[in-house]
Amino acid sequence: MDSILSIRGVGKTYSSGHRALESVDLDIARGEIFALLGPNGAGKTTLISIICGIVTPSTGTILVDGHDARHDPREARMRIGLVPQETSVDMFETVWSTVRFSRGLFGKKMDKAYCEQLLKDLTLWDKRDAQIRELSGGMKRRVLIAKALSHEPDILFLDEPTAGVDVSLRRDMWKLVSGLRSRGTTIILTTHYIEEAEEMADRVGVIDKGRLLLVDEKSALMKQLGKREMTLTLQEPLSALPAELAEWNVDLQDEGHRIRYTFDAQAEHTGIPSLLRKLGDLGIGFKDLETEKSSLEDIFVDLVENDR
Amino acid sequence: MKGFNARGVLAIYRFEMARALRTIWQSLAAPVITTSLYFVVFGGALGSRIQTVDGTDYGAFIVPGLIMLSLLQQSISNGSIGIYFPKFTGTVFELLSAPISSMEMVLGYVGAAATKSMVIGLVILATASFFVDLNIHHPWAVALFLLLTSFAFSLFGFILGIWAKSFEQLNFVPVLVVTPLTFLGGAFYSIDMLPQPWRTVSLFNPVVYLVSGFRWSFFDKGDVDIAISLGFTTGFLAVCLTIIAIIFRTGWRLKN
Ligand SMILES: Nc1ncnc2c1ncn2[C@@H]1O[C@H](COP(=O)(O)OP(=O)(O)OP(=O)(O)O)[C@@H](O)[C@H]1O
Ligand SMILES: [Mg+2]
Repeated sequence: MDSILSIRGVGKTYSSGHRALESVDLDIARGEIFALLGPNGAGKTTLISIICGIVTPSTGTILVDGHDARHDPREARMRIGLVPQETSVDMFETVWSTVRFSRGLFGKKMDKAYCEQLLKDLTLWDKRDAQIRELSGGMKRRVLIAKALSHEPDILFLDEPTAGVDVSLRRDMWKLVSGLRSRGTTIILTTHYIEEAEEMADRVGVIDKGRLLLVDEKSALMKQLGKREMTLTLQEPLSALPAELAEWNVDLQDEGHRIRYTFDAQAEHTGIPSLLRKLGDLGIGFKDLETEKSSLEDIFVDLVENDR
Repeated sequence: MKGFNARGVLAIYRFEMARALRTIWQSLAAPVITTSLYFVVFGGALGSRIQTVDGTDYGAFIVPGLIMLSLLQQSISNGSIGIYFPKFTGTVFELLSAPISSMEMVLGYVGAAATKSMVIGLVILATASFFVDLNIHHPWAVALFLLLTSFAFSLFGFILGIWAKSFEQLNFVPVLVVTPLTFLGGAFYSIDMLPQPWRTVSLFNPVVYLVSGFRWSFFDKGDVDIAISLGFTTGFLAVCLTIIAIIFRTGWRLKN
């Protein structure tokens, strides 16, 4: 893998004594979208903050495009843009001046055309001379994104980009992310929302209690761990499952109106034909049949539950 | 860090100056009014009794001390707010994640704070010249002391801004330490006028050396030798620089 970011043995114990991150190893491929999925307090923000230089790691090394973040921070940081979880912006600055400030801070020469396009993409152009305190919460988020992108970073971190954001901004955000991706920007985002990871990411890492539980291609993950379900709506409700069905993983639902069959999508024999035949033999009729793939959400909940 | 991020320094400097420009009239009106009041009270009321100190007209005599008083207050407050505010609002994350070294950050913030103080110092000087005749003996020394003091105390303010965890702490040092030291530091009198042991005690007050050196620059006369004053001022600057270097090396109170 051509990795743009390489994390080795990164751990963090806060001064309070709290161990927020165990030894984390992770490689991010150039140009991919990576979703870090985990519940509250899992250590997502801590990991991102360490990579961006805001929190000092207790152990481990980080290479950003081959530059050691500790020994060559300037080269490492120039390549990174961060949209933090909290909306911290300078309230009395105008949109334009704060974006200009960010670009300068990262050592880049002012490029009016680029900044103008950036603000237009984020529908902030009309607000460029407004003070940030006059903007709505969603608009402030856009300003933070504009600031993070002002210096044309190779890697963009989005820490919970869609928390507290309405549908339209969310859609805009995804448009922006796919636009950036097509230009070759690597994107790492954190989220609690599985749909978000499912929709956008190439790969997903599941983190809980400071440990990276698993990292995989989203599609492989869903295939590997994905369970499928088939639900049959019965013509006549059953009071109990016949003993003959014990060899299938079935249960009764909806006061006997439905039978649910859970099976492994990867298995060679799904057991569906034989189950249907058996039902026919038993004279159990059904009027509807549905199958469903388990979502990343189920996978995630499974993983985190097992970890506890 | 290797190299020098000049654009980053400039971005911080411009940001800070723009912030000051938004409130320029308050920033300038306050020192002008205060200075005028000092002249009315000290120069007018007291001056008619004291007349001269060390052969200098009393009105003129207090000018260096007055400027020094404002310089210290302004430098400390400008230097501390500049870094305290981002910490307070959370925007400090951007500074910490930027490819900018600690010394570049100091240069931007402290440079801007010192510039503001020097402008105010010059405005006070201009105001004072409306009230009294000033014949400055060593203009270059005036400029040098203005520069050194502004930088040293803006840097001191910067350290205070990093240290402070609340606005109360931020105000504590200027109000309870610096202002008394300035008033007791010979801003409005020559320490030779004090009876013993207060004269000797005064020599432990660092502000005495600043005021004395500054006064020497104006009138060619000071309470202590000019070399000692200059040595003290540069020494204080060096101490602040060392502290800041240590703070950034350890990430103290800025990073978790
Ligand atoms: N400055 C700090 N000092 C002490 N403990 C901290 C600090 N910051 C975070 N923690 C703790 O470290 C753990 C991980 O926090 P972190 O913010 O990284 O979680 P997260 O995955 O981003 O959570 P969320 O989804 O709620 O944003 C939490 O238990 C948190 O309480
Ligand atoms: Mg977080």
